[in-house]
Amino acid sequence: MERSILKSMLKDMLLARAFEEQAAYEYTQGNIAGFLHLYPGEEAVAVGVLHAAEPGDYIVSTYREHVHALVRGIPPGKIMAELFGRKDGCSGGLGGSMHLFDQQRRFMGGYGIVGETYPVSTGIAYAIAMRELPEAVICFFGDGAVNQGTFHESLNMAALWNLPVLFVCENNRYQIGTEIHRHSKVTEVYKRACAYKIPAEQVNGMDVIEVYKATQSALLRIREGTGPQFLEIETYRLRGHSMADPGSYRPKVEVQAFKDEDPVTVMLQESLPEYPSAEQISAIGKDNIEHLSEHMHREELISPEEFQRMKQQVAETVEQAVQYAQKSPEPSMEEAFSALNCNRGQEVLI
Amino acid sequence: MANEVMLWQAMNKAMDIEMAADNSVFTMGEDVGLYGGSYRVTEGLYAKYGEWRVRDTPISEGGFTGLGVGAAMVGMRPVIEIMTINFALLALDAIINMATKIPFMSGGQFPMPLVIRVPGGVAKQLAAQHSQRLEHTLMNVPGLRIAVPSTPQDAWWQLRQAIQSNEPVIVLEHELLYFSKGSLDTNLDPVPMHRALIRKKGDALTLISYSRSVLLAQQAAERLAQEGIDIDVIDLRSLSPIDWQSCIDSISKTHHLLIVEEDCGFAGAGAEIAATLSERCFYELDAPVQRHTGLDLPTPYNGTLEAATIPTVSSIINAVKQLVQSGE
Repeated sequence: MERSILKSMLKDMLLARAFEEQAAYEYTQGNIAGFLHLYPGEEAVAVGVLHAAEPGDYIVSTYREHVHALVRGIPPGKIMAELFGRKDGCSGGLGGSMHLFDQQRRFMGGYGIVGETYPVSTGIAYAIAMRELPEAVICFFGDGAVNQGTFHESLNMAALWNLPVLFVCENNRYQIGTEIHRHSKVTEVYKRACAYKIPAEQVNGMDVIEVYKATQSALLRIREGTGPQFLEIETYRLRGHSMADPGSYRPKVEVQAFKDEDPVTVMLQESLPEYPSAEQISAIGKDNIEHLSEHMHREELISPEEFQRMKQQVAETVEQAVQYAQKSPEPSMEEAFSALNCNRGQEVLI
Repeated sequence: MANEVMLWQAMNKAMDIEMAADNSVFTMGEDVGLYGGSYRVTEGLYAKYGEWRVRDTPISEGGFTGLGVGAAMVGMRPVIEIMTINFALLALDAIINMATKIPFMSGGQFPMPLVIRVPGGVAKQLAAQHSQRLEHTLMNVPGLRIAVPSTPQDAWWQLRQAIQSNEPVIVLEHELLYFSKGSLDTNLDPVPMHRALIRKKGDALTLISYSRSVLLAQQAAERLAQEGIDIDVIDLRSLSPIDWQSCIDSISKTHHLLIVEEDCGFAGAGAEIAATLSERCFYELDAPVQRHTGLDLPTPYNGTLEAATIPTVSSIINAVKQLVQSGE
């Protein structure tokens, strides 16, 4: 793999981790409210998948979508401003953490209702197919979303009409607090796709290179006209479901298993006393960022100095994002109503 | 030049002309294609426009209505047919959580030129699961427009306006009206989609209704006129937004308001109409606003009972007389 792609992916993973940890901090400070679902531990999924995508491809994501938005290229300041509920946020401060949108970058949203990303994706893909364009739609969802009706309805229609959708299951093994063996009879999610004759494979979500390669070949098959593809990417979230969830339901046995498998030194040098400490987080899970950075150090693809510079740049980017968010004003009620009526045109109601 | 047509034919013609004019218009639903549509609205379109633009779907209302939302986000103009309003309950997530929320919660970034056509109402002994009205649920959703055509001319205008609109529009079609006849003049300039129309004029009372109940109200008004009671019959044509000004103008003249609807009375569409017009016309009214509505009861299969659950011409006449007399 090209060194430049690896470096770019490593930088995005570092940015993702730092951004999310900063968001956690801002939440504890009261600058971010509502639900805040964070991504630490799962970075390799968004980074690997989206680096393999083309700018013309559409991205449809869930409520745990800050990192997908970052990797897609939405400026970190616009995302942080949205989390702050400010006017300069990428959704004008009207969407918040769960509803990031950017039409220009074809970032088609974060959806707060589990199972909505499928029909949005098949709809965009239907338009692409009708217009005979070479684009694809990347549809993210979690393991907890595969028991919704829309999963089966949409996979069936996507396969039936040969729609260009890449279904990407971010399998972090938990639907909020319910472990996958307690919510699904068939826990290998990719096996479900065969019911709709959709080619599917399981991918190690701890290895961003593997994710990138699997996505690249799946997208190639879609562009060749073979119809929808399905990736189950096995990952693990280091934090609880949201900031309202300490994640205490995860058994010590499981925590120990992950610890034994791949103990790590997590990136969180400046972790917060209020929320899981670096030690607590490192005790919970193996880490995909270490996976890549160790590989790059071992293969001498990056020098320790460059790695330090990269971390420094990322820290500065996050700091600037917070400043941007802080400076942005709140949206007005007029702006809220004009968003509601944005498609009314010149029509005057009586 | 006006022709006598059935309502389904007016809609079929509207679909055809919009599909011919704009190739981003496509329609999708159960049996809309090869079969021609349960009420013939899409008849002939499959042969003319092909399967991508007239798509037969699996029985997956949530999935294909949501698909329409996704397609509308990228500029297509989907016309989703849900076979009956009762099945639309399975698609409410797509309608309420998606279609009306995406333009708003993205800060106004996305168009939503989505039309959802839904037959509904009390038809002929289809029993409780096939005879519901959901307008009250849909009216409570900001950002959703609801057209309720009662004539072939309105069906022609409003379906075309809905397809051309960049906002999500629900077209509530009454199952008993598809085969009713009326004049259609395709050259007439369209009335705005949400404008109420006065179907009959009089000074004694304002009767506000929509969809099939308007036809019953008109018949009642004809008979009342023979007894010397002349009333305004207002066909709302749109339940969101509502043309309040036309209602207020009429009430200022008649000082009596009766709302007639097939929907259940409790928290039905008429409740909103009564509340708003009571607030806005209180000092114009000579008597309390009255509602004559469907019973708060699931629709029974038995034909005699079914007929007794919704307003009829004679029950409307009685309701008008009672209200007019109470104000004297």
